[in-house]
Amino acid sequence: MLDDTDRRILRHLQTDPAMAVADLAEAARIAPATCYKRLDRLREDGVLRATRAVIDWRALGFSVEVSLRITLDKTQSRAFDEVMAAAREIPEVVEIQTFLGRVDLRLSVLARDMAHYQEVYRDRILALPHITDIEALMQVATLKDVKTLPI
Amino acid sequence: MSDWDEVDFAILRALQEEAGQSSATLARRLGLSQPAVWRRVKRLEEAGVIAGRALDLDIARLGFGVTVFLGVKLATKGRVSLDDFERAVSAIPEVQQVSHVLGLYDYRLRVVARDIADFERVLRRRIMTLPGVGNVEANVLLSEERRPGPLMAG
Repeated sequence: MLDDTDRRILRHLQTDPAMAVADLAEAARIAPATCYKRLDRLREDGVLRATRAVIDWRALGFSVEVSLRITLDKTQSRAFDEVMAAAREIPEVVEIQTFLGRVDLRLSVLARDMAHYQEVYRDRILALPHITDIEALMQVATLKDVKTLPI
Repeated sequence: MSDWDEVDFAILRALQEEAGQSSATLARRLGLSQPAVWRRVKRLEEAGVIAGRALDLDIARLGFGVTVFLGVKLATKGRVSLDDFERAVSAIPEVQQVSHVLGLYDYRLRVVARDIADFERVLRRRIMTLPGVGNVEANVLLSEERRPGPLMAG
């Protein structure tokens, strides 16, 4: 179980994941050795999985981002597994989510421009198996994207 | 077509897995010299391609058992300014992401909550009371996987 010290560590670390352990210990008001030990345990327990680089796809040249909300043919028992396996083969797909609700599956698709998007949509997305309906939401702007949790 | 090549993509893939790797570690993994890796990472940072770092946490273990995506349609476009809605929705701590979208909905929100009861509280007290909010559709996240996407080794 996580205690208040673990939460304090994560609360400070999530605001600046590059923080040195000594600074983190000071911010969380604990000894550096304790801080090391706690971080090791959080990693071992799988609470802290990794510190990942955040990539700005626009800066990399992918200015189009479309959210495809997909409804599947659920009479096919392997529909989820098969469509997900096929989606993993599409390099423009950056996110695969499954849902409980009106939408079964959501794919986040990146493209360099609209022509590229159209190509991916027609050649790759429409070729995915077991799809009964697709709705597209095009990303206009990201107004908030916090990488921190209200811990 | 682009300023970035396969080596940059390989560096980004490695940093997406673990951002804390030193340029020496990366150089060894990718079979490059340490100064070459350092220069490329610096260039990626300066161009804003590497936009920072984020912790990948098991959020269920931290007490957030439920993630819900909401599609929100504004009811009163024009009367209430988009700014009012955007400012109010962005101030809610449980709302992790706010995207302005084109299509069936106007906004897409990612909301974290402790459980379904807590989500209902956030939905009723904070989301449904936002200025101008109209139709809201909720989908509960069951699984999520991030892919290397365009960085995938070709």
